[in-house]
Amino acid sequence: MIGVVDYGMGNLRSVQKAVEFLGGRAVVSAQPADLNGCDKLILPGVGSFGAGMENLERTGLAAYVTRRAADTPVLGICLGMQFLLEESEEGGVFRGLGLIGGRVVPFTQGKIPHMGWNAVSDMRSALFAGIPDGTQFYFVHSYYADVLREDTVGVTEYYRTFASAVSRGNVYGVQFHPEKSGDAGLQLVRNFMRL
Amino acid sequence: MISKRLIPCLDLKDGRVVKGVNFVSLTDAGDPVETAKLYNAFGADEIVFLDITASYRGESPMWNVISRASEQVFLPLTVGGGMRTTEDFRRMLACGADKIAVNSAAIKHPSLITEAAMKFGRQCVVLAVDAKRNEAGRWDVYLNGGRVKTDLDAIEWIRRGEQLGAGEILLTSMDRDGTRAGYDLELTRLASEAVGIPVIASGGAGKMHDFYDVLTEGKADAALAASLFHFGIIRMSDLKKYLAERGIPVRTEEDVYGKH
Repeated sequence: MIGVVDYGMGNLRSVQKAVEFLGGRAVVSAQPADLNGCDKLILPGVGSFGAGMENLERTGLAAYVTRRAADTPVLGICLGMQFLLEESEEGGVFRGLGLIGGRVVPFTQGKIPHMGWNAVSDMRSALFAGIPDGTQFYFVHSYYADVLREDTVGVTEYYRTFASAVSRGNVYGVQFHPEKSGDAGLQLVRNFMRL
Repeated sequence: MISKRLIPCLDLKDGRVVKGVNFVSLTDAGDPVETAKLYNAFGADEIVFLDITASYRGESPMWNVISRASEQVFLPLTVGGGMRTTEDFRRMLACGADKIAVNSAAIKHPSLITEAAMKFGRQCVVLAVDAKRNEAGRWDVYLNGGRVKTDLDAIEWIRRGEQLGAGEILLTSMDRDGTRAGYDLELTRLASEAVGIPVIASGGAGKMHDFYDVLTEGKADAALAASLFHFGIIRMSDLKKYLAERGIPVRTEEDVYGKH
């Protein structure tokens, strides 16, 4: 069972629908009682960093996810990936979960948001099993993650090179939306389910 | 390098695709979900569902269409037509839509753009603009599906839409729509240069080179078409190959994942 962490923002159902489409089961919940039974957690993401982290802190989910990450695979998606980092400059400076080394900073060039399909290369993670290097995924974001090299497991070019996939231990994150990236995205979700 | 997007638009009436899509592989040519699944297989980058009746309140088949589509089609889904309030946004996003296109409602109540962007993020607010060239060589904005002329200048309205919080512009040339004479390159280029958010060009595609033109000279970030794709006049895969050969970045997905 996959637990989709509900921190009160955005559309969390798409991730759940992708898991179910692949034959898995997923529960969307903010309650540790529900999430305790899950062998994997997904931290989805839509909204702003500050408001999202505030919700995660206030509900205790920040501490919960950090604790579970010691022995449970956790996948952050888009803003959910950004929460994994140390801090973000979106709308001020906010602390993140600090599970991945790096910070979130704004794009300054090109059309913003970076919206559309873009290639992920230098893939080095089990998340990308069976997915050719350079495959395109669907992105929507105005801030990007400036991440430690050793935690970066995929990069993308948009006026600069940024970390589009990150990983450290049980913690994984992707800046793109696998649940909106067609067959390649479903393959990534399947890979996570099989970890 | 970000890819240019190719977007089929499904025009819906009472929850059914109008001007039916005549692919032989479709068992039900009027079912928007079946049609969307097929476009996913063909390599569409995104799908727009447009309710052309746009008159519903409450019990519309659109909620169910999007809910079903999002269970089977894992692409960005945009919904337009009749979305009037942030509650409509909330409900449609909860059904599985990723973006909501607003047109007439945003003209009548520009604060809708701002409120929706604040609540749900600007990435899900698409400002749809129907523009028609006037005698002065500018473009007027029309509402109610192109039936009513407004006093708004299209380029000014697009610029204002961005300031209000729109995350993307869906720009339709009423002069070119349905003509297959090519996109309005000048209009599209002026709009794209006026804002820092993506612009989707719509109206007039007739041949593959029209897409090339609007994505280069027209500076569009994406190109939308309806009947051209539906009637199989241009195949998505052929079009992507054509554009890629001419140096346009497009998404071509290798078939390495097997079929579902």
